[in-house]
Amino acid sequence: MKYVLGFLRFWRDFIVGDDWRIAAGLAAGLLLTWAIARGGVAAWWTLPIAVLAVLSLAVWRAVREDERAAGPVRRPRAPRDEDPSR
Amino acid sequence: MKGSFLVLVAFLASSVEMVEALTIVLAVGITRGWRSTLVGVGAATIALAAAVAALGPALTLIPISALRLLVGALLLVFGLQWLRKAILRAAGYQRLHDEEAIFIRERQEALAAGRVERAGLDWYAFVLSFKGVFLEGIEVAFIVVTLGSAQHEIPLAAVGAGAAVIVVGTVGLVVRAPLSRVPENAMKFGVGVMLTTFGTFWAAEGAGVHWPGADAAILVILAVMLLAPLGLVRLIQRRRTAVLAVEPAAPSVPVQP
Repeated sequence: MKYVLGFLRFWRDFIVGDDWRIAAGLAAGLLLTWAIARGGVAAWWTLPIAVLAVLSLAVWRAVREDERAAGPVRRPRAPRDEDPSR
Repeated sequence: MKGSFLVLVAFLASSVEMVEALTIVLAVGITRGWRSTLVGVGAATIALAAAVAALGPALTLIPISALRLLVGALLLVFGLQWLRKAILRAAGYQRLHDEEAIFIRERQEALAAGRVERAGLDWYAFVLSFKGVFLEGIEVAFIVVTLGSAQHEIPLAAVGAGAAVIVVGTVGLVVRAPLSRVPENAMKFGVGVMLTTFGTFWAAEGAGVHWPGADAAILVILAVMLLAPLGLVRLIQRRRTAVLAVEPAAPSVPVQP
């Protein structure tokens, strides 16, 4: 059981990565694109906008988290160390 | 055109991961001896080749629109993770990947570890080199298989990845030191842009979208996916500079363009 859970955890971490919200946002963007395309409306613009929105939010969130972690002084921390898994 | 992109993405992605794997292999090999280390490298290479050989034909059984949706979604997830990290590093919010520092740390750990023999091998050297090569290589294997299968060109993608293995491996053999001068972050940024471009194109097609201009739309998506992240880097670089100006004592690092 331990090995099965470890195996599943490896694939979850591998596919979803550091920020699960990226995968969730992309899934929502794809669903929206599919729904619009299925309705017979031109949907080519939907996914690029969704992708850029997901990326911008992910970067913005990382920047804000970094600054919040630096404490009450408005000062960014020294850059974080490498995540060895990626 | 798509063929050249395919080879280029596979080559760049593979080069970046190979440089990282090489650092671990060199540190272990120099410290613990080459026999067990190279057996680990060989075992990881066989495991990766088996993964590609199993996954490639399996993907060709999926209907093309479902395949493009699946492949596109995977490429988008990988591409955005690479891009996010490359943007944060370029803007100074995350430390650049320092091969020299990793090499020194790995060497110290390898020197400190005890010696356990299994199957006639130095188990530490075998496991570490196997894990280094396999974990760095598995993402590239996925990229090669997914990119290649969406265009029915897995061999072409494999050529790009194989060329990178030969180039980085040869340079590593010659210099016998971590390749710290390779502009890893710029390469990761480039790979992230290309994965995101292909991912957007194929995932949208799989979801039923018809792109204006058909395949030519890839060039427009590429331009958008390049310019927007560059704009993001500038934006958060400015923010960091402004915040640092408020508190000049804050530490800073060299920023890679």
